[in-house]
Formats: sequence, structure tokens, C-alpha cells
Amino acid sequence: MRTAPRTIALIVIVAVVAVGMTAFAVMAGARQRAAVLAAPDVDQVELDTVTTGSRVVFRSTAPGVQYGLAAVVPLEDPAGPRAFTDRACDRIDATADQAICLRTVRGIATTFTAELLDSAWETVRTWPLPGIPSRTRFSPDGTLVSTTVFVSGDSYMSSGFSTRTRVERAEGEGYGDLEDFTLIVDGTPIAPVDRNLWGVTFVDDRTFYATAASLVAGKTWLVRGDLSDRTLTALRENVECPSLSPDGTRVAFKKDVGGDDGKFWSVAVLDLASGVETVLDGEERSIDDQLEWLDDSTLLYGMPRVDEPGVTDVWSIAVAEGSTPGVFIPQAWSPSVVR
Amino acid sequence: MYISVRDRPAAGRSARTPGRVSSVVVSLGVVSLLTDISSESVAAVLPLYLTTALGLSTIAYGFVDALMQGASALVRVAGGWAADRGDRPKWVAFTGYALSAVTRGGLVLAQGFGAVTALVAVDRLGKGIRTAPRDAMIASASDPDHLARSFGVHRTLDTVGAALGPLLAFLILWAIPDGYTTVFVVSFGFAVMGLAVLGLLVPDRRPRAEASDAGTRMRPFSWRHLTDPRLRRLLVVAGVLGLLTVGDGFLYLSLQDRDGFATQWFPLLYVGTNVAYLALAVPVGRLADRVGRARVLVLGHLALLAAYAAAAVTAGSTVTTLACLVLLGVFYAATDGVLAAVAGRLVDPAARTSAIGTAQTVVAVARMVASAGFGLLWFTLGRGNAMLTVAALLAVAVPLCYLAVRGLGASERSTPTAPVDPA
Repeated sequence: MRTAPRTIALIVIVAVVAVGMTAFAVMAGARQRAAVLAAPDVDQVELDTVTTGSRVVFRSTAPGVQYGLAAVVPLEDPAGPRAFTDRACDRIDATADQAICLRTVRGIATTFTAELLDSAWETVRTWPLPGIPSRTRFSPDGTLVSTTVFVSGDSYMSSGFSTRTRVERAEGEGYGDLEDFTLIVDGTPIAPVDRNLWGVTFVDDRTFYATAASLVAGKTWLVRGDLSDRTLTALRENVECPSLSPDGTRVAFKKDVGGDDGKFWSVAVLDLASGVETVLDGEERSIDDQLEWLDDSTLLYGMPRVDEPGVTDVWSIAVAEGSTPGVFIPQAWSPSVVR
Repeated sequence: MYISVRDRPAAGRSARTPGRVSSVVVSLGVVSLLTDISSESVAAVLPLYLTTALGLSTIAYGFVDALMQGASALVRVAGGWAADRGDRPKWVAFTGYALSAVTRGGLVLAQGFGAVTALVAVDRLGKGIRTAPRDAMIASASDPDHLARSFGVHRTLDTVGAALGPLLAFLILWAIPDGYTTVFVVSFGFAVMGLAVLGLLVPDRRPRAEASDAGTRMRPFSWRHLTDPRLRRLLVVAGVLGLLTVGDGFLYLSLQDRDGFATQWFPLLYVGTNVAYLALAVPVGRLADRVGRARVLVLGHLALLAAYAAAAVTAGSTVTTLACLVLLGVFYAATDGVLAAVAGRLVDPAARTSAIGTAQTVVAVARMVASAGFGLLWFTLGRGNAMLTVAALLAVAVPLCYLAVRGLGASERSTPTAPVDPA
């Protein structure tokens, strides 16, 4: 009987592997819970002390039980104590009286939703998202909201990631998927098969800037969108995730400057009137965020910590040649300045 | 000359109880189940891992992945050739499974985007290498009269793994937030178990050596085997239909456009398709054995046609979405395993793995071309019209292909060119 030793060997291997996997999972779970409990307390203040005045709303990434919750700090002391809300958000944007929160709903079936919240952080409206939250922005008066998500829904037998970007009215009803808008490059409508759109920044309730890209063409464009005409007009190449300055004269963006293994994004600012581009190479790391204007001369952006997975900081850099970045809010992500 | 139609070696034949699925098929199914739990659990969380844990955009990843899909398709032919040439399908398949298992171990240690994409690439190569030899082993181990059912049993087990993998991964992340390393460790564990089942339980059969022992002198593998006109007919039909199979992603996107239900469950729509597929793989396989495998292979595309039409014409609703998922499941049940069952029987066993690998490559390449071409239609005609166009082309192609496959892969006993088995 030759099969018996093989069967025994199989049983032994399966048992060892099963015990090993379970032990690892149990230990990882215990370690994670211990880390949450052992996490040093974050300095906190009550939420109602920061509901008026200039402030920054963000996702807190400080380890502990409040990891991932939306939090608020006053603009005059961003690195000081923070006020936590009870809302978990992956990406967030806020105006004086409302907030938009894109979140991952963890569970055996993980899904994604957008939540519109009022000034008391109560849910006004919720709608489903088809993928992983990436960017969100209000229009200046808070009438419109844009969402960008990464879609990776069909891993079985086919693949490919893409972004889905939509613009909708905060109160409901939308303009739909920006992919359906007419893309105009050099005066001619084009229809690249793999177009992707992401990173909307609003000028007003009709006009916005965004990124359009075609992987096959190997190009990304800064486009100006028109919600009434349903058009996207390419303005220039190699501008990703635009963000309009408060005075409306410049666009901050991430510029692909290449690198050893492909993408390397630098912080850059484009003067819309003159077309002059300034790369802020004082930031020597590759950034991957939609920049946020703190004021007309300073930019904010999130950056993951290299040695602490899941923990990020919000950095600031002055819009000036030779400026260097510094941490603005530690243990934070997705900043939104409410003036 | 068609030894393939009566290649049941005398010894093997008496050992086989008609009506029962070979234990080899079940073992290979268990191997695939464990391996699919391993690969699909990682595939399900990889985008989240890259974006939330590593803080990266996933667009570049998608591009690399698409390239590797192409490379994987070509490696399949090489895997088939190596298995036939060396007459050792088990160990070629083992190499492919082992390669993928190693990448799971690598993910536990990997840091950064480059390492992750490299590992995904190697995993795809492993999948390419193992598929054809494994399907050839299923074909050799099965009673020819119940071949499609055997493939149905294998695909059911395989798809159970593909449905369990994502659920297991999300369960782990739910219990341990940011427990990506645990997902990778568990995935590695399942890959090792699959490898152990393959290595220890599946017999190392050597089709050519066995045939010569049984007194049938079999010619060694030669590419000439693959020029069989019947195989060529199958490849043309599979290629044409593959060109009209545009990728589930487009169908899902089209559903998601109009239906809130489909949006909410978008990341899991493929799990719904898998559930329909695993429920139907065996019944449709049985049907294929009875009424003709090539016929079922072609007619299965009617389910695809119906799904495209439903997505294009009807107003979005939960019912439409669920109906489309079931139709996709029917389509996979009628085509995926059945293709291997047809291809594996059309040629001499010495070239069986190469034939299966070639057929699968033709389909995979045709579908990639289809997806690229359909992207163009999608933007020029609009979603609904693009879907309807493909549905209309399918409506023309299916009857023509149906006529073209007459006599292919029907129950061998009724194939005119096959000598009637005196027993």
C-alpha cells in the first residue's frame, strides 16, 4: 500500500499549516488589539469648541480606538489638541455648514459609501460608491460635490483598474459620470478607449478643473469642465489632481517628473493667466494627494509614514522657490480648510 | 488514426466505475479550490492594500496587470508543450502551482509597489503554466462519456475557492483592521496545502508511456498533431466567439450606471457570477455530455447575448442585475470547462495538453482584443448601443458557429470518423 504514507504526510502538512495560519491570525489580532489599547492618548478638546472660526477638518490616523475618525483642529493651532467626531472617513471635504465623507464599510462584504453630513455631523444623505474612495471636493458654495473612486470590481478572469468620477448636487440628482462628457483636445473631440478622469476642483457651479488621462496614449491632461455643455477641454499636459487657489488665479497639482521605476510626483503650481509652472522641489518625496490650499501662499497634502503603515501626516509647503516642507498636522490625512 | 477516441487503456478502463467522477478529478478540484482561496483572497484586498496601507494610486498597477494577462496567455502554450514533450503533465502543473505559492510567501515580506507588482506578475505566469497540464490530467483521468461533467466537477470546486477567497479575506480584515499581513500569511498557507494535495495525492501519470505499455505505440509529441482540421475548426470557432466576449467589467459598469443595487455591490458582483457558475458547472457539464459538448460550448454564448441585451435594453433594476449575473454564470458553465473537454479529445493524447493550451490561449487573446475593441465602441456609440451591437453580432455568429462545430466533440461514439468501440 503506497498511498498510506502519502496520506499521512498530507494530513501532517495540512495540520501544521492550518495550526500555523490560525496561530498567526490569533497573534496578529491580539497584537493589533493590544496596540489599539496601548496607543498613547491623543490630546483632545470638545467638538463644540471648534465648530466656528477657521479650522481644518481631516481624517485622524493616530493609532488607537479613534483611528480613521474625522477630526477638527483650529487653524491657529493645527498641531495642538484635536476634536474627534464620531464619523469614520477615508476622504473628507468640508464647508462651514456641511461635510462630505467617503468611507469604506468593512464587513464580510466590504462596500463603499458617500455620506453628506450637516454642521452637527448628522447624516443628511447617503449613496453607494462603486470603489475605493480617492478624492472628494465641494464647489465653493457647497451646492455641488465631486467624488472620485478607484474601481477594481472584476478581478475574476479580467482585470484593470480605473477611476470613476461623478459630480452631483449636494441635495441629490447629478451630472453623472464625467467619462460621458465630450473630451476636447486641440479643438477636436477625441474618444480614447481607456479614458480616466479624476481629481475635480470647482471654480463655480458650472465650471471646474480635473484630470483626464489615457494610458494607451500615455498622456494626462488638465481639463476645464463645463457642466452645462457637458464638455471637458484639455488645457495642457502632465497636470494631475488640480486644486484651485482661493483667489482663483492658480492651480496646484502633482506633476509626474519621472523616476527610476516610473511615476514620481512633485508638487507644482500653475499660474492660469501666464501659464508659468513652478515645481516646488523642496519636497523631495513623491506625493500622491490632491493638494489643499491653506491660504493663497501655502499648500497642504497628506504623506504616509514610511515606517508606520497606516499612519500619515499632513505636511505644508510655502508656494515659493526653494521652500521646504514641514509637518502641519501630525497623524492626519485628507485635510480640508474651512475659512 | 484517431487513437484519441479510444485511448482508454484496458487497465484503467476496468478500474473506472462508469457514473462516478474519478478521484484524480476530485483531487485536482481540491487543489484548485485551495489555490483559488489563496489567489482570490489576495486579489480582493490588493487594491485596498495598495491604496490604504501603502498609500499608492492603483492605476499603474492596472496597466502592469493587463500586460501580464497577455504574457500569461502565451505561457499557457509553453506549459502545454512542456507537458506533452516531457510526458510529465503533473510536474509541469506542480511547477506552476509552486511558482504562485512562492509569490504568496513573497507578499508577506514584500514592501512597496515594485515588489508587489513583480509578485503579481510571477503569480500570473504560474497560472499560465499550470492550467493546460491540469486540464489535460482531468481529461486523461475521466471516462470519455462523462468528460464535460468531470470538468464541471473540477470547475465547481475551483469556483467555490474563488468565492470563498474574497469572503475569507474581508472576514480577516473585519476582525483585524489593517490585517493585510495576516491575509497574505493565510493565503500562503492555502497555497501550500494545495501544493501538498497535488504533490501527494495526484498520481504522476505519463500518458505516452502508459499507452506504449498497453501496446499502442504512440507517436511522440509533434506540432503536426495540432494541425488536425477538426482542432483548427474548433480554434476558429472559439476565436470568433472570443472576439465577441467583451469582458465582465464592461457589463458590470453598464449595470452600475443605472442601478443603485449594482453600485452598492459593485465590488462583489463577480462573486455573484461565481456563485451562479459553481451551481451550474456540473448540470451544464452533464447536459454537454448528453447533447454534444461543442454544441453547448457554442450555445452557451446565447446566455452572453441575453446578458448584453438585458444590460442594454432594460431599465436598471435589482432583477436585471441578478439576471445578468446568472446569465454570466450560465455562460462560464457552458464554455470554460467544456472548451478544455472538447479540445482535449480532438487530438492524439500525446498532444492533448498543447491542444488544450492552444485553445485556451486563442480564447484569452481573442477576449483581450475584444475588450480593447469594445472600449472604442463604448465611447463612440454609447454604452447601450455598444452592448446591443455586440449582442447583434453574437446573434449572427452563434448560428454560424453552431453549424461549423457539427461533428466536433459530440459524444465520440457518434462521431463518424471514430471507429466504433467493439465493447
